[in-house]
Amino acid sequence: MAQTTDKKISANNHFAEEWVGRIYTTLCVLVLVTTIVAMVYFVASRGLSTFFKNDVNVLELLTGLKWSPEGQPPAFGALPFIFGSFSTSILAALLAAPLSFCAAVFMIEITPKFGRKYLQPVIELLAGIPSVVYGFIGLSVIVPFFRDVFPGQGVGIAAGALVLSIMILPTMTTVATDALASLPSGLKEGSYALGATRWQTIYRVVLPTTLPSLLTGVVLGLARAFGEALAVQMVIGNAPFIPRSLFESASTLTSAITLSMGNTVSGSAHNNALWSLALILMLMTFVFVFIVRWLEKRSKL
Amino acid sequence: MMKPKTVDKIATAVIIGVAGLIVLVLAGLLGFIMVRGLGHLSFDFLTSPPQSIRAGGGIGPQLFNSLFLLVLTMIITVPLGIGAGIYMSEYAKANKFTDFIRLVVEVLSSFPSIVVGLFGLLMLVNYFGLGFSLMAGALALTIFNLPLMVRITEQGLKSVPREQKEAALALGLTKWKTITSIMLPIALPIIVSGTILAAGRVFGEAAALLFTAGMSSPRLDFTDWNPLSPVSPLNPFRPAETLAVHIWKINSEGLAPDATEIAAGASAVLVITVLLFNLVARWLGRFMYRKFTATK
Repeated sequence: MAQTTDKKISANNHFAEEWVGRIYTTLCVLVLVTTIVAMVYFVASRGLSTFFKNDVNVLELLTGLKWSPEGQPPAFGALPFIFGSFSTSILAALLAAPLSFCAAVFMIEITPKFGRKYLQPVIELLAGIPSVVYGFIGLSVIVPFFRDVFPGQGVGIAAGALVLSIMILPTMTTVATDALASLPSGLKEGSYALGATRWQTIYRVVLPTTLPSLLTGVVLGLARAFGEALAVQMVIGNAPFIPRSLFESASTLTSAITLSMGNTVSGSAHNNALWSLALILMLMTFVFVFIVRWLEKRSKL
Repeated sequence: MMKPKTVDKIATAVIIGVAGLIVLVLAGLLGFIMVRGLGHLSFDFLTSPPQSIRAGGGIGPQLFNSLFLLVLTMIITVPLGIGAGIYMSEYAKANKFTDFIRLVVEVLSSFPSIVVGLFGLLMLVNYFGLGFSLMAGALALTIFNLPLMVRITEQGLKSVPREQKEAALALGLTKWKTITSIMLPIALPIIVSGTILAAGRVFGEAAALLFTAGMSSPRLDFTDWNPLSPVSPLNPFRPAETLAVHIWKINSEGLAPDATEIAAGASAVLVITVLLFNLVARWLGRFMYRKFTATK
């Protein structure tokens, strides 16, 4: 008799535990979902208030060339920032993509043992280096070098893109390496059996089949470069104009936010305009995520 | 038309050359930080407070702030992240809502950290009235780190052999009991090493902290360990400039004559810490795996 009640109690305990666990994990997920919904809502509502409250035309913000929110009359042309963000991150991705592909091919196809054992851990380690450190290196190596070699102050889109490309290289290489490593070995062996050389195998078999995954890596790198704030801000010069050369001071969306957000009053037109820049950053994040998803779907084929 | 063999040789040479170049650049990068920074490292530099105009300032409070913020963040992130990860991996049904959560996690993980910082400024600092404080910084970093934690937990739980999970369920254990006493111990090596790597990311993050933990540090009294006192280093509601933020600040507006040296020294400290986190993560993961699975 006593035994059966004991059993019942312990069974009840387990069911109680089950419920506690279920509720706890569900709450955790709800926190996650609430956070992102709140974030999207607040960034969107603050970002859109530039257009609704301060009566700035959307087209004016997206295509205007003059940014002087405190001026008389104030001007909210964010094209220089948009241009700066896109040019630095796209240049960085274009620089880093072939390099990361070569590094991945080297690690997987050419020296699998050495590459996987020594090179890959080091590259993964570099992915963890804080972005301010990259910015500091850019400021103390790349900028002085450009100043000596090219006309201008050394700061600008070229310096920003170079710093970003070094920064995103480890991430892109890791994705590319995983993609190459997950390729079924039968495909490669088939190609070798037909008498193809290693290079022929790489660019006729390996490259086409892993292309969607490789592009995923490129887009992830691009997204990281696009959203990076401090490393770029340190080397780009922060002049709110579209530069006439790669070595002239420029600005990005993130650098504009970083520099001005602390000096504006919440609710002012200038503050709202900065939120609009954040909104553009957020929308671009969505675009990148959807491109990645689309590519991932393609790679399953 | 060149012979395919010649092309192959050229291509191989190019690839090896490029890989060598990357190794050189990366090695040069690490070497540069170490050479520039290590010379400036000393016990005094690591413990003394910074000077704003004179030379000879240290990074003591910044280093402490970074570590304390890391601990605070992980205390909040780990239970939340593991909980959400368990839900996603074990409880979530294959439906639209789960797909939506997956999308949310993916979007959140690629959010620019400056936008997370702005959200922190709006919600945590102003709306919830936390002000520029360690707490606001820790919560912002939680937002930033949560998706990673969820993914790590999911990965860990996915690595558990199916038979083991099914055996536990077949013995009549409840799902929660199966997860906590059968699956989590097996998944622990992956979760622990992933968590340490995530911690390294927290340690180096700056953009999300500019407008949440703030860009200044009050005068700290390292003999006062009462968490409620405003000068106590343990007070979570005081503003705190971290090491990464400090590097950024002295580079963009540093007035001290030795600003570059301080930045170099602080960068070296950051990089060494991240390196340590990586090594510890690898070692601990391997050690726990051996311990739990009795493999050699």
